[in-house]
Amino acid sequence: MGRTMIEKMLGSHGGGDCGPGDIIWLEVDNRTARDFAGANVVANLEQYGGEKPIEDPGKTFFTFDCNVPANTIPYANNQHRIRMFARKHGLRVYDVDYGIGSHVLIEEKLAGPGSTTVGTDSHLNIMGAVGAFGQGMGDLDIAFTFKTGTTWFEVPPSVRIDLTGTPSSDEVEAKDLALLLLGRFRGHELLGRSVEIYGDWVERASLEDCITVASQATEMGAIIALFPPNASVLGHFGMSREEAVYADPDASYQATYEVGISELEPLVACPPGPTNVRPVSGFTEPVPVDSVFLGSCTNGTLQDMELAARLLEGRKVHPGVMLRVVPATRKVWGEMLRRGLLDIIFEAGGILSNPGCGGCAAGQIGMTGRGEVQISTSNRNFTGKQGDGDTYLAGVGTAVASAVLGRLASVHDLQAKGGRR
Amino acid sequence: MTRPVRLEGRVWVLERDGRLIDDIDTDMIYHNAHLAVTEASQMGQYALGNLKGFSDFASKASAGDLVLAGDNFGSGSSRQHAVDCFISLGILAIMARSFGAIYKRNAINSGLALVEVPGLPDGLIEHHETVALDLETGYLSVGSGEFHARPMSSVSRDIYLAGGLFEYARTREPRA
Ligand code: SF4
Repeated sequence: MGRTMIEKMLGSHGGGDCGPGDIIWLEVDNRTARDFAGANVVANLEQYGGEKPIEDPGKTFFTFDCNVPANTIPYANNQHRIRMFARKHGLRVYDVDYGIGSHVLIEEKLAGPGSTTVGTDSHLNIMGAVGAFGQGMGDLDIAFTFKTGTTWFEVPPSVRIDLTGTPSSDEVEAKDLALLLLGRFRGHELLGRSVEIYGDWVERASLEDCITVASQATEMGAIIALFPPNASVLGHFGMSREEAVYADPDASYQATYEVGISELEPLVACPPGPTNVRPVSGFTEPVPVDSVFLGSCTNGTLQDMELAARLLEGRKVHPGVMLRVVPATRKVWGEMLRRGLLDIIFEAGGILSNPGCGGCAAGQIGMTGRGEVQISTSNRNFTGKQGDGDTYLAGVGTAVASAVLGRLASVHDLQAKGGRR
Repeated sequence: MTRPVRLEGRVWVLERDGRLIDDIDTDMIYHNAHLAVTEASQMGQYALGNLKGFSDFASKASAGDLVLAGDNFGSGSSRQHAVDCFISLGILAIMARSFGAIYKRNAINSGLALVEVPGLPDGLIEHHETVALDLETGYLSVGSGEFHARPMSSVSRDIYLAGGLFEYARTREPRA
């Protein structure tokens, strides 16, 4: 019988002829810890690691992205403890200047199609974007993987989502698709499942589009959302289709869902959670906006920054609105500099920060205050996650349009009004 | 540490109105008011303290007892306390129709025996009855009958036998 993508990837990494429910010893290609929980990994290794705490220094990395550079003393202490440990054992640290660890792993081509990665970041399943396995785990789990190069893993059941149709509106972004899926699968249907996503949209998507959708698998309750590598993804890695991993044509799935996307329009996830999704056009009362955050592992790519700059060019952020912009990585930041995007965002009135998790994690570019309404391109809007304010999740176009108009608005609204050109 | 593969003990059946309770989350198992506790030996006193009808569990349970619940036992947060509180009381094993995914990882990594009993009929095991259970085969016998639980996977059995993930690591050479 044929096998699904995850069954093949886990199978070639120690699982053999594995199927759903089997617990396997997984061979891990990339073992990572970030500044959050990284110090606990170090503490575990110092306690239990013995003579040789690192199985393969060439495959073991630290990535600092939560609080960069550290703005609290505990974070600074933890980061430095990690640096000292890394120096002692010859491990590479992608330090506070590098940006979001999961993106750095893709950028540096460390995590390519078919590879396996685990780390302390709960959004490491973003690797599904490139048809690879990734998973976030606890600090004890990760310390064990640093020491042994393996971890145990229960093979999840696979389901598939077939996207049908093509969005008729050109305002629609990958984020709107992610929000559509969050709203649709808010129950427990995807809980603990490996989800494979197919359709014309997938064939034409950019690497960045895949990253945006895959980054929200965690909020969908899924183990991972896997994209069969398309031309754009293969191009980034310089790989051929033969080198990547695809499901067998006769693979069997626990369930198959069809999701029509031709009617897709700009969506937002309202407080208090990512599955509380509504169309931007569906609000009868205007929603005044105080701040906008553009960035995170969901929407911090160069493609996102280019879209933002294109919409902001010649316009101004609405008086009193804070537009906070945090590119995902140093590479993205450098390209923005060279292409003049930083200048456009600055002239429009945006606040620009160094790369990292930004407003998504602890306070790199501020938090929200009580009563503050924020539109954010990140992936979680649980109460308290980004401060005491109310956060709406949206795509880049919606976020920028809202920043310019000072109220929740779509690109369509922005073009109709023209903003303050 | 050698751990038994055949267990025998008194069972705490977490049931309400004759039905095993589903979705017992980590706050019911170990309330977040006690998260600051870091010594595992101090955690036992709070076990199931927030589960209605069983708040006296910690004071009445004895080392060597087992626990039985319905579906999705241990859903919710990733707190390790919700596993360690049972270990600190000397509970031999937790049986449930199914477990939350993170809870399962934490329990296996800590060497607590978890036994999945999908399809176990309500009432087969009575409260405080003694059961005999073979972790390797899944064979479970009680006064009124028998049942076949899911045998422990070889991986979780190995970690259990070693007494935890790092104890297990010591018995296993890292790949060359
Ligand atoms: S941007 Fe947010 S969700 Fe993504 S890795 Fe950073 S903290 Fe996690």
